[in-house]
Amino acid sequence: MQYLDELKSKIKEKLPDLDVVIGWEQGFDPLRATPLFMRTEEDVDKLTWGPLCVHNLATYLTGLKGKKVGVVVKGCDSRSIIELLQEKLINREDITVFGLPCEGVISMKKVARAVGTLDYIEKVDVTTKGITVSAEGKDYDLPLTEVGADKCGRCQYHNALLSDVFIGDTIDDSAEDDYSDVTEFEAKPREERLNYWLAQMDRCLRCYACRNACPLCVCRDHCVAQSRDPHWMSQDDTVQSKWFFQMIHAMHLAGRCTECGECERSCPVGIPILLLRRKMNKQINELFDYKAGTKIDAKPPLMAFKVEEDNINERGW
Amino acid sequence: MSADAATELRIVGFLCNWCSYGGADTAGVGRFQQPTDLRIIRVPCSGRIDPLFVVKSLVNGADGVLVSGCHPRDCHYSEGNFYARRRLEALKSFLPILGIDERRFEYTWVSASEGQKWKTVVEKFTERIHELGPARKINAEMLAEAKAMFATV
Ligand code: SF4
Ligand code: SF4
Ligand code: SF4
Repeated sequence: MQYLDELKSKIKEKLPDLDVVIGWEQGFDPLRATPLFMRTEEDVDKLTWGPLCVHNLATYLTGLKGKKVGVVVKGCDSRSIIELLQEKLINREDITVFGLPCEGVISMKKVARAVGTLDYIEKVDVTTKGITVSAEGKDYDLPLTEVGADKCGRCQYHNALLSDVFIGDTIDDSAEDDYSDVTEFEAKPREERLNYWLAQMDRCLRCYACRNACPLCVCRDHCVAQSRDPHWMSQDDTVQSKWFFQMIHAMHLAGRCTECGECERSCPVGIPILLLRRKMNKQINELFDYKAGTKIDAKPPLMAFKVEEDNINERGW
Repeated sequence: MSADAATELRIVGFLCNWCSYGGADTAGVGRFQQPTDLRIIRVPCSGRIDPLFVVKSLVNGADGVLVSGCHPRDCHYSEGNFYARRRLEALKSFLPILGIDERRFEYTWVSASEGQKWKTVVEKFTERIHELGPARKINAEMLAEAKAMFATV
């Protein structure tokens, strides 16, 4: 909760010039934060900040294009804004970014596993290194190292990479990301990989929460998954069509995905789709030396080319 | 080689109108013998080929997919194939994680005058797909097997 008062006062300062500022407030119970759209000073008083503020609020920006919008971001969220700016999907002058240094957010799934319930949580105390959850009369001390989101364990961008107002002290340490989850999975026999996805995708509900939560999924009502013209996908409830939808998402996010993990987090049946995104990102980085949303003046690699590519050798197969 | 339904596999070819389709035509006019497994779909430019065309073919039962466009620098629209190259390369490197054999997909460049090269490309690719054999079709039986293997997920 460090920095919260300063954040509130800065937002109040800027609010008169803005249509809305997006942050987080407490949701239906003390464990769950939910997006907060602030238009008045009273709204700002509801603001909260800390490891429970999981959502990437950059998701709302394209829908609010044309309005003057303020948005509170963690390090990883700021990458989504950079990527959106690079693709000219939002206007820099319309956006006011309140950036914070972030030590990590929790994974609700891990908390649920530790506590044994996802129901109403009566009380949560946020400590410097984690949270204490009171559920059904019992207290659980849960350090971030145990219940933190996976992405935070490999975070290289704790501080907002782009901000108009930066609150707090920057965090210097940065973790490594060797993509070992991807290489480990790929070391399994091919048949097993295929079976794994079929078994996983069979559970997909085609609810499209993964798509809707993604800040870079910007087609909205024109998504090819639902469009009848072109009729790319049937509405059949087959494993092929569900799996194919994830391939669409992966291909449409190639070179654009910032690994915020919102797709996977929002999946109601817990399908590990971030693995597919991370694989694509690993390849994009190897081929084009590019990490989405890290450099404001870079051009996304699939929107560009080199006559002589450095790392593609397509000749002589 | 003659068309033989019993041994033929299903290979889908996406060819650009200006070079590779012309190259295939040249091969035909030159009466070069070629395997007959390939079904050609003509597109205006390799830049028009959405990688998802390839993925959709593979998921829905194609045994192989071949994409061919104009050589780099020779694109009728100047740069369509440069964009295609990046997309197709990204796609190719993505296939392993899906458990789809990446050897079932290939892309190449063939110009309109290269009838002989076209024949070689088709022969080599068809041979490769035959070595791999028919792709497993995703059906109820396969799904049941997958679910049994991952009963806990
Ligand atoms: S990835 Fe980094 S910036 Fe994002 S929530 Fe985790 S620690 Fe914070
Ligand atoms: S695909 Fe997933 S991880 Fe990537 S930007 Fe979208 S929500 Fe974030
Ligand atoms: S959120 Fe999960 S269940 Fe919903 S469409 Fe995406 S993968 Fe399927």
